Amino acid sequence: MKIKAQVAMVMHLDKCIGCHTCSVTCKNVWTNRPGMEYVWYNNVETRPGPGYPKSWEDTDRYKGGWTLRNGRLHLKAGGPISKLANIFYNPNMAEMDDFYEPWTYDYQNLIKSPRKENIPVARPKSMITGDYIDKPTWGSNWDDDLAGGSEVVPMDPNVQKLQEHIAMEYEKTFMMYLPRICEHCLNPSCVASCPSGALYKRDEDGIVLVDQDACRGWRFCTNGCPYHKVYYNWNTHKAEKCNFCYPRTEAGLPTVCSETCVGRIRYIGVLLYDADKVKEAASVEDPKDLYESQLSVFLDPFDPEVIAKAEEQGINRSWIESAQESPVYKMAMKWKIALPLHPEYRTLPMVWYVPPLSPIMSHITNESQLSAEGYIPAVDDMRIPMQYLASLLSADDTTVIRKVLLKMAAMRVHMRAKTVGGIDDMKKSKLLQEADITIEELEDMARLLGVAKYNERFVIPTGRREMDEDLHYKQGACSIEDLAPPEGMVTYPFERSEGL
Amino acid sequence: MKQKKNDLLHSLKHLVRGERINDGWTEESPRPRDWESVYRRRWAFDKIVRSTHGVNCTGSCSWRIHVKDGIIAYETQQTDYPSTGDDFPDYEPRGCPRGASFSWYTYSPTRVKYPYVRSDLYALWKEELKQADDPIKAWENIVSDPKKRAQYVSARGKGGFVRGNWKDVCQMIAASTIYTIKKYGPDRIVGFSPIPAMSMVSYSGGTRFLSLIGGTILSFYDWYADLPPASPQVWGDQTDVPESGDWYNTKYFIIWGTNIPQTRTPDAHFMVESRYNGTKVVGVSPDYAEYEKFADMWLPAKAGTDGALAMAMTHVILKEFYVDKETPYFTDYVKQYTDLPYLITLKEHNGNFRSDTFLRASDIGDSQELAEWKTVVWDESTKTFAVPNGSVGFRWDKSNKWNLDLTGENESEINPLLSFLNEKDSEVMVEFPYFSKEQGETVERGVPIKKIKDKDGNELIITTVFDLMLAHTGVNRGLQGDYPSDYNDADRPYTPAWQESITGVNRAHVIQVAREFAENAALTKGKSMIAMGGGTNHWFHSDQIYRSILNLILLTGSQGTNGGGWAHYVGQEKVRPLEGFSQIAFANDWVKAPRFMNGTSFFYFATEQFRYEYNFDEVQTKWGSKYTNMHPADFNAMSARLGWLPSFPQLSQNSLDVMKDARTRNKDDKAVIDDLAKQLADGKLDFAIENPNDPRNFPRVFFNWRSNLLGDSGKGHEYFVRHLIGSKDTVLSDVEQSWQPKDVNITETPPEGKTDLFVSMDFRMTSSGLFSDIVLPAATWYEKQDISTTDLHPFIHPFNAAISPPWETKSDWAAFREIAKQFSELAKEHLPAQEDLVMSPLAHDTVNEIAQPRGKVKDWRKGEVEAIPGKTMPNFNFVKRDYPNVYDMWITVGPNIKNGYGTKGVKIPGDKVYQSLLDRLGKSKQEGVGKGYPSLYSDRQAINAILLMSGATNGKRAVEGWKSLEEKTGKKLAHISEGREDEDFTLDALTIQPRQTISTPVWSGLENDNRRYSPFTVNKEYHIPWHTLTGRQSFYLDHEVMLDYGEALPLYLPPINRGPFVKGEKEIANNGKSITLRYMTPHQKWGIHTMFTESSHMVQLFRGWQVIWMNEEDAAEIGIKDNDWIEVYNRNGAVAARAVVTYRMPRGAIYMHHAQDRTMGVPANTINKNRGGTHNSVTRIYPKATHMIGGYSQLSYGFNYYGPTGSQRDTLAIVRPLKEVDWLEN
Repeated sequence: MKIKAQVAMVMHLDKCIGCHTCSVTCKNVWTNRPGMEYVWYNNVETRPGPGYPKSWEDTDRYKGGWTLRNGRLHLKAGGPISKLANIFYNPNMAEMDDFYEPWTYDYQNLIKSPRKENIPVARPKSMITGDYIDKPTWGSNWDDDLAGGSEVVPMDPNVQKLQEHIAMEYEKTFMMYLPRICEHCLNPSCVASCPSGALYKRDEDGIVLVDQDACRGWRFCTNGCPYHKVYYNWNTHKAEKCNFCYPRTEAGLPTVCSETCVGRIRYIGVLLYDADKVKEAASVEDPKDLYESQLSVFLDPFDPEVIAKAEEQGINRSWIESAQESPVYKMAMKWKIALPLHPEYRTLPMVWYVPPLSPIMSHITNESQLSAEGYIPAVDDMRIPMQYLASLLSADDTTVIRKVLLKMAAMRVHMRAKTVGGIDDMKKSKLLQEADITIEELEDMARLLGVAKYNERFVIPTGRREMDEDLHYKQGACSIEDLAPPEGMVTYPFERSEGL
Repeated sequence: MKQKKNDLLHSLKHLVRGERINDGWTEESPRPRDWESVYRRRWAFDKIVRSTHGVNCTGSCSWRIHVKDGIIAYETQQTDYPSTGDDFPDYEPRGCPRGASFSWYTYSPTRVKYPYVRSDLYALWKEELKQADDPIKAWENIVSDPKKRAQYVSARGKGGFVRGNWKDVCQMIAASTIYTIKKYGPDRIVGFSPIPAMSMVSYSGGTRFLSLIGGTILSFYDWYADLPPASPQVWGDQTDVPESGDWYNTKYFIIWGTNIPQTRTPDAHFMVESRYNGTKVVGVSPDYAEYEKFADMWLPAKAGTDGALAMAMTHVILKEFYVDKETPYFTDYVKQYTDLPYLITLKEHNGNFRSDTFLRASDIGDSQELAEWKTVVWDESTKTFAVPNGSVGFRWDKSNKWNLDLTGENESEINPLLSFLNEKDSEVMVEFPYFSKEQGETVERGVPIKKIKDKDGNELIITTVFDLMLAHTGVNRGLQGDYPSDYNDADRPYTPAWQESITGVNRAHVIQVAREFAENAALTKGKSMIAMGGGTNHWFHSDQIYRSILNLILLTGSQGTNGGGWAHYVGQEKVRPLEGFSQIAFANDWVKAPRFMNGTSFFYFATEQFRYEYNFDEVQTKWGSKYTNMHPADFNAMSARLGWLPSFPQLSQNSLDVMKDARTRNKDDKAVIDDLAKQLADGKLDFAIENPNDPRNFPRVFFNWRSNLLGDSGKGHEYFVRHLIGSKDTVLSDVEQSWQPKDVNITETPPEGKTDLFVSMDFRMTSSGLFSDIVLPAATWYEKQDISTTDLHPFIHPFNAAISPPWETKSDWAAFREIAKQFSELAKEHLPAQEDLVMSPLAHDTVNEIAQPRGKVKDWRKGEVEAIPGKTMPNFNFVKRDYPNVYDMWITVGPNIKNGYGTKGVKIPGDKVYQSLLDRLGKSKQEGVGKGYPSLYSDRQAINAILLMSGATNGKRAVEGWKSLEEKTGKKLAHISEGREDEDFTLDALTIQPRQTISTPVWSGLENDNRRYSPFTVNKEYHIPWHTLTGRQSFYLDHEVMLDYGEALPLYLPPINRGPFVKGEKEIANNGKSITLRYMTPHQKWGIHTMFTESSHMVQLFRGWQVIWMNEEDAAEIGIKDNDWIEVYNRNGAVAARAVVTYRMPRGAIYMHHAQDRTMGVPANTINKNRGGTHNSVTRIYPKATHMIGGYSQLSYGFNYYGPTGSQRDTLAIVRPLKEVDWLEN
C-alpha cells in the first residue's frame, strides 16, 4: 500500500447558478495577460451544449485520455512512437476556432474620434491580428443559457449520442451548468503525453503542473488531456494549466474559484488513496465499472491501519485529520452523491460533481402524477433526462444517477417534514428505503449542502514546508534569493522528521 | 550548504530516473521544483483594501482589492461578514462576475482621464472670454446668439472632444449656472443622479450643491419603473422588502419575474439552499429563465399576463381557504392587519350598484377629531359600527392612538365582521369592471349589504371590502349574478380555466400552486414568499399586476413574518442611514424645501414625448371613464396644479423675480402667500408645465453624474437626442398624426436641442459622455471613499481608495466641491443673496396627506374649489438663497440640525447630535458663514456625518427615533434598540469588518437578535399602523380617479398592444421579410445597466455587443440565423444588433437586455443611416394617470416614492434582417 494524499474538489451542480464569477476571478489572477487571452483555466458551460473548446468531449476527434487495448491502458492519441512521428504536426489538436479568436474593441475612438457626422463607436477587433472584424463568431461561452438553440446544442457530443431522449423545444427546455477546471487526475494522461516530461503530479497534494522550465511547447498535452484543460500560451510557447491555486492551498486557503464561488457550490478536502491501485482501477474492462473501481482506490481515513500506514509513510496528523473532516470524502465516498466527470476517460479525475435536480416537466397534467411526495417532485419526472446526466457522470449508467437524485429528493422531503410537516409518513419512509439512506445521513447532508459554513466547505491543511531544508535561510531570504545567496551562511542544525 | 543553482545541471535533472510504484506505472521524480515560485509570486501583493462597487444593482458586496507593485491587480470577495447564526447559511462570499471584472476599468482604454470639452464650444468659450473678460457675459454671448449656439449644439454626439482643465471647465459650468439663474431662475439647473444607496456621498456632492442653489433634483426610482406603485398603494410605503437571508426562512417560494441567479447573483444561494431545508420553489416566467433551473415547477405564463394568473390563484385561495372552510390564522390576520373588514358605500349606477368610498366616522355622526379621515368596521360582537384606532385620522389628531389595536372608544374590544352574508339586510347587484378584453366591460354579481342612515338621515348602502372581493373575483356563496360555475368555467373571470386562455398555464398547475401556497402559509403561519421584479413590474399596469400578486400574500397572512411576504427586487432604493443622508444630501442643515422633481414627468415634457402620444380610441366603454380620455400631459398639468405631483421648472416666470415682486407689495409671509395664490389663480403667473415649449422653461444646464442617462435609462432615447440634446436622431413618428393635449400650450413644431450645457461626470466614456458638452473625469470605486447599502443585506459597506485618484480624476464629492467654489467666487460679483419661491406638492407622511377629503378631484381653476396653497394646490415655501456663500455652506454642517431632524415622520432631537458632529468632524476653519461649524470638506467627513446622524448606524439615534414614535402610537418601542444603544459606526470601523445595521423606526423590519430583516414585522408585532388611509394593508383604493379607472380592487389588465406605428403615420418601407414582436428589456447577465458590458472579460464571456434574444421559429420566419445582423424599429426609433436565436425563448417576444449601450460594435440602421441605437431607441414614456393622483393619504407624493413610472414593457416592434453593415466611417 502506497498512501498518497490528494487535494480534491466537489462541485455541487444543483447549487450552480451559472454566474461565471469563478471564471473571472480565476482569469484575473492567472490568465489575464498576453498569450493567454483565450484561456480560461476555469470555465462554465451551459448544458446541453458543446462546451469549451467546442465539442471537447468528442474523443474520437481529439483523441484525449486513455483507452483499453488487450486489457492494457494506452493513450488514445498513441504512444511515444506515434508521438515522435507526429512531433511537428499533431492532427488531433484543437484549433483556434475550436476555442475562439479573442477580440477587443477600439475603445479609444470614443474619446479620440475627431468631429464627424455620426456618433463614434468602438469597433470590434481581433486580438490576434489586430484587424477590425465585423462581428465575433464564437467564444468561450458563446452558447450561454442555450444561446444558439438547435443550431448549437447538437454540437454537444452527449446530445448526439442521446438524440432520442433530448428534445430541443420550448416546452421541454432544460438546462444546467457545468463549471470545469483541471481534474488533477490520479491517472493523468496529459502527464503521460508530454515528450519532455514537463508535466508532473505533485507528490504531497496531487496537483498536476507544467514545469515552465521544462516545457518545450510540443503541445501533446493539450489534446492528450480528454478534458482539454491544458492550454498553449502563444507568447511563451509553453503549455500552462490550472494549478489548483497551490500558492493558496499551501497556505491552507481554498482555490480562487472556490473561495469566490457565490453559489457556494465548491468544496475542497483531502483524500487518501492507495497509489498502488491506480493502474488496476483504471484498467477495468466495462466502462460502467470505472466509477466503483475509482472509489475502491480511496482509503478510509478513520481506519486505524490506514492511519498507521499513512503516518509511517510521512503523512502527518493534520493531513490525516483533514482527510477525516474532508467534505469531498463525505460526498464522494460516504454518501456517494458526488460523481467523477466522464469516468470512461480512465484518468480517475479528482473533481467530483453532484448532479442537479431540475423542475418536473409541466406537460405532466395528471395531478396525482405531479406530487409523489406532496411538495417535492419525484425524480423520474424531471426535465434533465437521466441519460444525459449518466452520459456525463457515470459512463451511461442511469442507476447511479437515479440513486443520487433519490437521495437529494429524500433529503428535501425529510427536511420539509421536519420543518413544516404535512407530509405523508408512509410515503416518506418508502422514499428513504428506495434512496437507501438513513435520516442521520440526510440531516448531515442538509447541513453540508445547505448551511455550508466556510470552514466546512474548505478543509485544507497547510503545505508541509517543514519537509524542506534551510528553513532558517528561507525565512529571511524567500523571494529575494538573488540578493541573499546562501553561500557561507552558518545555519542552525535542522532535523528532518522520521522516515525521510 | 547548498551551492548556487547551476542551470545546466538543473536542466539535466529530469533525465534522472525516480522510484517506480503502482506496478511500474508511476514514477516518483526527485526533480527540483524551484520554478513553482513563479506562480507564488503572482499570488503575492502589497496590500488588500476593502471596497465595493457603486453600481445600481442592489449588490453592495464587500471586496478585497489586491494592490501589487502599486497597481490594482485583481479583486476577490471578502468572506468576513458577521455570521447569521450557527444553523443558518452565511452571507460570504458575495459578488458576481461583473464586479469581479471591475478592476479592468482603472487602466482601460475607455477611461476618462482628463476633463474633456466639445471643441466647438471650447473654441467659442475661449474667444468670448477673451472678448468679454467676464465669464457670465461670455456665456450669454454664446447662448443668446442662435448661430453660435447651434454651432456647438449640433456638434453633440459626433466626436471632437478636446482636453480642458478643471479650473477652466468649472468656471464655464459656474458661469452658465449663474447666467441661467439670473435669466430664467434656479430651477432650470437640473441634476440627474440615481440610487444614492449605491454611493451616497458621491450622490450627495451634486444634490447638496443643487439644493443650495435651488436647482431641480430628478427622481430615479419611479423613472426607472423600479418603483412598484402598488407598494405605496397597498402599504403607504415606498418599498420595503426582506433581506436575501430571509429567503432561507421561507418554506414556499414563488419566483415571479425576477431572475434571481442572474440579477441577484451574490445572494441566490439562500434560495438554492432553502430547498435543502425543505422549501418548495415555483418559477413563473415566459422564457425558461435561469431561476427555472431551481424551481420544482415552471409556470410559463405569457409575458404581461401575470395579473391573470394571480387573479385565478386569488380565486382559488378565497374559495378554498375562506369560503369552503375557514382558516382561523388567515381570518384573524386579515381582520387585524388588512382593510378587508372595512365598510364601503355603494352608489347606484344605471339601476345597478358600483362600489364607492370607504365609510367614514363622520358619515355615521361620530364627531371625533378628523372623523372624515377615520374608517369604520361593523363590530360582530356589538352588532354596530366601530371606529378602530390606526386610520390616518388618528395619525394627525394628536390622540396617541395611531396603532393597530382593535379597540374602540373606552378600550372596548372590537371584533370586525368580515362579511354581511349572514347578517345582510338584502342583496344587490354590483357592477365590477372587467378589462381583460380590449374594451371595458362589466360583470354583475350579487353582494350582501346593509342599509343604514347617515348623519343627515339619508340611506346608505354598505358592504365590506371582503364581500366585494369575493364577488369581484367570482367566488360564489349562493348569491345571484354572473358567477362562474366552477374552476373549469373558462368564460367568467377569474377562474383557473379562464386564466388558461390568457396565460397559457395549465389550470391544474394553477390550482395546485395556489393551494400549496396557502396550505404552507397556514401550516407555518405565513412563511410563504413571492419574489417579484422587473418582469412583473416594468409594465404600464404594474400596479395592478402587483396588487393581484399581493392578494396571495395578504390573504395567506404572510406579510410581516420572517420567511413570508413579498420580495420585490428591481432597483435600489434603500439608503439605510436615511435620516443623516437626507440632511447632508439635500442641505437641509442650511435650507429647507429642495426642488424634488419626479423624473418621469420631467422627461415626458423635457423630451417632448407628450407630443407623440398615441391617439386613444375615444369610444366610451361600458364601464365608462372620465379620466382615461384625458391626454396624459393635461392630466399631469392638472396634477401639478392641484398639488399632487411636483412640477419644476415651476413657473414660466423666474421664481426669484416673482418673490422680489411679491415682497414689494407685502412684507408679511402670509400675505405674500395669498398674493401669489391669487396671481396664479388669476393667470398672472404661468405654470411652466403648461408651457413646455416656451424657451423660458427649457432645462438649461443639466448635470448627469453616477449615471448614463442617454445610453441607459432614457426611455424614448431618440426623443432625448432630438429634443433635449439636439443631435442626429431616429425618431420615426409624426407629430401631425399624434394626439395633442388641450390645456398644455404648444408650438407648432416641438423645440429641439433645449439644453444649453450638458455636463457628465464619469470614469468611462458612455453614450451620455458622447452627447455631453463637458465630460469630467471621475475617480473609480477603488479610488475614493464612500458608503453603500442595499435591501438585500443588512450591512453598510465602505468604499476605500486602493490607489489615489489617478491622472486628473476626482471623486464626485471633490468635483462638486470644486464647482461650488467656482460658483461662489463668481456669485460674489454677479449673484447676490435673494429670496426664492419653492412650490412643493402635498407630501406623504406630512399633515398635507389629509389635504383633500375623500380623494375628490376639485380643480380651483374651474372654480370647483378655492385656490389654497397646501390644501387645493401646492405648498408655497420661501427660501433664502445665499449664492455668494454656497461654497461655505457646502463644506460645513449648517445650524438647522440643532432644531432636530428626521424623515417619514420620525423625529430626532438635534442638540446632542450637533455637538457630536463637532467632535467627530472637527470645526471648519474656512472664513465665512460656516466658520466654527462641523466640517464637511472631505468625503470621509461626509460619510461619518451620515453614519453619526442615522439610527441604522448609531444606536443613540435609533433609540431617539423609537421614542418619537412612542408619542404618536401610545406604544412602548424604545426597548427595541436599547440593547444596541452604544453602537456607533464609523468609516474606519466598517472598514475593519462589516456590521449589521440597527433597528430603526425609519424601516419596518426588526433586526435585533441576529434576526433576518423582513418588512412590516414592526407593524405586525408592535401594532404600528401602515401609512395608509385605514392604517391597514389595502385591498381597496377609493380615490375618485381610482374608482373612475375601475381600479379600486386588484384586477387583470392586459398589456397594451399598440402597434409599432399609429394610424395615418408614414411607415417604413419594408420589401423583405419582417415580423412584429413584443419587445422587452430585462436585466442582462454581462453588465449592470451599461456598466461592465465594456470590460474585456464580460465582452468575451458572451458574444460582445449588442445582441437581441429571440425564439428560433420567429427568427426562421424572417430568415434569420444565430448571430445574424438584425434591425428592430417602430415609431420611436430603430436599433441595430445581432440575433441570439434559441428555443428557450417563447414565440412572439424578443429580449434586448437592458442596457448594452451603443458604444461597442454597433453599425448604422438602414432606415436613416444613423448609428444605433440603444435598447431605449424603440421605447417611450407612457405615464399612467392613477400614479399622478395625490394629496390623499398613501396616494400622496413622495420623492422616488409615488408618481408615474417610466414603464417600457408594453412595446411592439418590427424585426427584420439588417442587410448591410455600415460602420459610418466617413
